[in-house]
Amino acid sequence: MSILVVAEHDNRELKPATLNAVTCAMEIASYLENPAIHLLVAGHDCAAVANAGAAIAGMGKVIQTDAAFLAQQLPENMAPLLRELAGDYSHILAPASTTGKNFMPRLAALLDVAQISDVSAVESADTFVRPIYAGNALATVQSSDQVKVITVRSTAFDTAETDSDRVPITSFEFCLEQDLSRFVSENLSVSERPELTSASVVISGGRGMQNGENFMMLEKIADKLNAAVGASRAAVDAGFVPNDMQVGQTGKIVAPDLYIAVGISGAIQHLAGMKDSKVIVAINKDAEAPIFQVADFGLVADLFKALPELEQAL
Amino acid sequence: MKILVAVKRVLDANVKVRVKADGSGMELANAKMAMNPFCEIAVEQAVRMKEAGQAEEIIAVSMGPEACQEQLRTALALGCDRGILVTADGEIAPLQVAKMLRELVEREGAGLVILGKQSIDSDNNQVGQMLAALAGMGQGTFACGAELADGRILVTREIDGGEQTVSLELPAVVTTDLRLNEPRYASLPNIMKAKRKPVEQLTPVDLNVEMDSNLKTLRVSPPAERAAGIVVQSVEELVGKLRNEARVI
Repeated sequence: MSILVVAEHDNRELKPATLNAVTCAMEIASYLENPAIHLLVAGHDCAAVANAGAAIAGMGKVIQTDAAFLAQQLPENMAPLLRELAGDYSHILAPASTTGKNFMPRLAALLDVAQISDVSAVESADTFVRPIYAGNALATVQSSDQVKVITVRSTAFDTAETDSDRVPITSFEFCLEQDLSRFVSENLSVSERPELTSASVVISGGRGMQNGENFMMLEKIADKLNAAVGASRAAVDAGFVPNDMQVGQTGKIVAPDLYIAVGISGAIQHLAGMKDSKVIVAINKDAEAPIFQVADFGLVADLFKALPELEQAL
Repeated sequence: MKILVAVKRVLDANVKVRVKADGSGMELANAKMAMNPFCEIAVEQAVRMKEAGQAEEIIAVSMGPEACQEQLRTALALGCDRGILVTADGEIAPLQVAKMLRELVEREGAGLVILGKQSIDSDNNQVGQMLAALAGMGQGTFACGAELADGRILVTREIDGGEQTVSLELPAVVTTDLRLNEPRYASLPNIMKAKRKPVEQLTPVDLNVEMDSNLKTLRVSPPAERAAGIVVQSVEELVGKLRNEARVI
């Protein structure tokens, strides 16, 4: 049986989350007979992405569907395309990004199958583990559907190698006309820093930062560590920083080698987004803050004194 | 235009959750239950649209045990006009919820369906997308903005890299993210009034929906505990530990 992985990309670059999904696919493949893993690159002028995908280790082939109406991968277009391809596959995987979470349930409904969200471990070809209750519990679920439609929690799987011999890229033509949904505009944050979800170091600020300007102190440290800058929901709700910086149950899920939480109390919903980080540092002046219960290294200090010192020491 | 809003009864967000010792699920006996926070935002959005003269009627729908009446009454107290309760025991899978909602959307002739993007218990984030697929509608998920214009709806969505705006043909499905609005509290007079608003009771059979799901939960377990950490006394000590012990910088 074959597994289809849907590539996460912006028509120019293959996003690292794809590589985590491929690793998940390889774990599933280890339970299948004669498995093959295919990568779908659906987009517009996305040849560079297909080329990058062709070098991922463990891939059987890359399928490229290139058309103007797929430029933004709107779910109203992606789901019918995937339904067209679904007959050849026992599993269809995509990263649990805002793109994957948008079109995968739509695909599952078109196929009249369940969808399995945010898979964090593979137990067999039909049994998977996924977090529920903001990661406060893990559910082991078993699917008897013909096609298993799965979104993959990127932080739970290693990244697949990308320097293998190139596999063939085949083109799959697909046409669709719909007016249910039209793309209007996009307002993307521009940053020179690594992406939050793939950075190896993340430094986040909470309500204790007091205002948006003070996030500059985190940025200076981030520059030294080549880190991404995140925020708690409290800091986002207070208007300090934009929502795309939010780490937590309702924001981004991160699991870097080093996570530094500054002025963050450690609400359950924030912990859900970062508690799988390898090393957690907490800097907070309140010694009773729950964040210290998950921190490997805690520093009870006024962040306005500690941050300049930290910047100096690095 | 009629707006259909879905509301789910979940464990209150402020209650500490515990996994049952036998691994069959969560400890929910006698626990405080509440309307899913994303559903509160969905109700608020519908009420604001009605207040702005963009909708004539708001129908709140809930599915689950009889006790979902409580969450429906809350929705009615917040400004929904009537309720529909589909009673069913046990866990209802997202696909089954979507199938029942599709029947109700058709029956009511709803012009817009607003749902929370996910529930804080099962964290699936699926029902809105599935409903849109089954009903052949466009979907504006993770909405932080929604505006009616020229027979369509402009939905601004929270995406990983920032924001995206799409224009959807009506009827459409919108799922709410946190920043769409700040839900109001119900006033006492409105809570009293809500008691007299009609709530229709249905069963999955009335809606011709098979409740069996092909996805079974085998067990539920607590996540691995993190080992206790240490408290350092200074930034210098912290940097030393990160360099020499943890070796992460």
